[in-house]
Amino acid sequence: MLSIKDLHASVEETPILKGVQLEVKKGEVHAIMGPNGSGKSTLSSVIAGREEYEVEKGSIDMDGQDILELSPEERAHLGIFLSFQYPVEIPGVSVTNFLKTALNETRKARGQEPMSAKELLRLMREKMELLEMDKSFLSRSLNEGFSGGEKKRNEIFQMALMEPRLAILDETDSGLDIDALRIVANGVNHLRSKDNAVVLITHYQRLLEYIKPDFVHVLYKGRIVKSGGSELALELEAKGYDWIKEEVEA
Amino acid sequence: MNSDQLRDKLSSSFIVFENELNGERRSPLHQKRRAAMERFEMKGFPSTRDEEWKYTNLKPLLGTDYKIFHEGEQSLEFREIKRYFLNDIDTYKIVFVNGKYSSWLSETTHRGFDICTFSAALQRHRHVLDEYFGRSDEEPSSTMDLNTAFAQEGAFIRIGKNAHVDKPVEIVHFTTADAGPSFNQPRNLIVLEEGSSAEVIERHRCLGEQETLTNAVSEVFLGAQARLSLFRIQNDAPQAGLIDHTNIHLSRDAHAHTATFSMGGRFVRNDLAFFFNEPNATAQLDGLSLLDAGEFADQHTLVDHRVPHCESREFYKGVYGGAAKGVFNGKVMVRPQAQKTNAFQENKNLLLSEKAAVDTKPQLEIFADDVKCSHGCTVGQLDEEALFYLRSRGIPEHESKALLLYAFGDEVIQRVPLKALRQRLHRLMAQKLDVDFQLNL
Repeated sequence: MLSIKDLHASVEETPILKGVQLEVKKGEVHAIMGPNGSGKSTLSSVIAGREEYEVEKGSIDMDGQDILELSPEERAHLGIFLSFQYPVEIPGVSVTNFLKTALNETRKARGQEPMSAKELLRLMREKMELLEMDKSFLSRSLNEGFSGGEKKRNEIFQMALMEPRLAILDETDSGLDIDALRIVANGVNHLRSKDNAVVLITHYQRLLEYIKPDFVHVLYKGRIVKSGGSELALELEAKGYDWIKEEVEA
Repeated sequence: MNSDQLRDKLSSSFIVFENELNGERRSPLHQKRRAAMERFEMKGFPSTRDEEWKYTNLKPLLGTDYKIFHEGEQSLEFREIKRYFLNDIDTYKIVFVNGKYSSWLSETTHRGFDICTFSAALQRHRHVLDEYFGRSDEEPSSTMDLNTAFAQEGAFIRIGKNAHVDKPVEIVHFTTADAGPSFNQPRNLIVLEEGSSAEVIERHRCLGEQETLTNAVSEVFLGAQARLSLFRIQNDAPQAGLIDHTNIHLSRDAHAHTATFSMGGRFVRNDLAFFFNEPNATAQLDGLSLLDAGEFADQHTLVDHRVPHCESREFYKGVYGGAAKGVFNGKVMVRPQAQKTNAFQENKNLLLSEKAAVDTKPQLEIFADDVKCSHGCTVGQLDEEALFYLRSRGIPEHESKALLLYAFGDEVIQRVPLKALRQRLHRLMAQKLDVDFQLNL
């Protein structure tokens, strides 16, 4: 589904990614871990199409289609979803209006009819229940005055509505208490199917107790330096990153 | 034609106008006109050398050979102009076509209160005109004087003691292509007596492609506890210019709310002044400029706190795209005797392109010491982070920008209590932003 080859990217002339390789197939869950500053968030931003990052070399394909020339919205229309590490506050735009616009613009781009208000409301109610959210949330301004946990839950709520084929969760677990983490993980697990894929970007092993990955990768200095199964995450939790750094430097 | 020639043309036109008045020439009202004309002839049109017109160049509008008087009557069918009125709700309508009152298109009343025309008031309510006409400004500007000199038609609204107008009043001024390029001088007088209330919506609309310049004056007098809402929709044709002077006088416990939506036209200059003449009166001044291409709007406000215990809240926003240019000049005067004044002012602007510009000038002159006054102004750009967030959810760039701008402008629209007007403004905003949103914000 997603194929990243020899990806080099920089921001303001500083190279961050230096040859990332990653293959994600349908039905798989990948975790990308690594110390601070290793390029984890850059990788997710480049996949989603943030324009401040310059891709100097390499490719990102989705189902065989090169997506590097596509706008962020076109990538979303292909089914790529990024759960933001820091969701942006947008005063004056209610959650409902935002979701209505996002869903219907996406449907339009895919040649589908817009969803009726009634249908939309039914869908939103269903997903809100899944994420144990309060109804009043729909009429609030998008992310404005939301607590850290509410913002993250809102990201997963959006994901549940958009039903992406590839979901990238950028440190969705950071700043969540154990209950919120369970709810968020529940939302992600609900989305998992044989046709979808999930990439979890995380610092800690904690989230992986709730969402079991098929593969764990370690990103360090802009490259994936180690890959393994879910046991790698446990090893990292126990031993930290120093041994990886030593291995790489050696 | 240049501005001097236009001034000469106005002078000779005034003589023609006077000659047709016969006995009326000796009336006190006409003496005010004549004095105003003399002042206008002395001062001429304002130029960018005048402090109050520093950022606003009227000159390009003064090169057209405008007609000063309209000839004949032009009739319009209601269905042709229906879209310029609010739908879904019933309203009083005072409609002018090429400066002349159209009784066919209007719905006026004399039952319980007077909602009619300046010309009708000349016949029926002479004493009201004698009392209030030309009284609203101690130091009228030259363009206001020009209007006074030629004042003969406009809206006349007088609401008697404790009367409440049962539905909004729409004042609409049309000009048609048959009239050719025209210079219009509409004159409104609004008098709300003690304890009365009214809601008024005014707009100017140029039908056709002729150049027009409208130099409008509204004089507003609010008695004790009177309440007025005055809304302006300014989205005229691209070749239409508007200079509006509105002076609002407030008595004890009166309240006035104005909301001005400048969303189009070639040139808009709003001179909006509030005068607090008795204590405990309150005023709310809201405004939104939403402009693109080569459009221009100057929001010039004055709040004159002359007495203690009054409150003014001013909130203006601006969005400028293309090569649009905006001005906000907010003067707040708190005179020495105006203790316990609350005066707040806020002006927020977004620039969407390299060529767009705004000059914003808060001007607080505070001579009393026991007051609460604040002002703030910002000029910024669209939030790139927010834009990326929306786009990453599948909302295309154009729609994402529009959604952010819609939310920005909506903050002003939400202050309008009249639902039918809010809906209309939402539609106009979506149209201006070139999107097809159907959002219930």
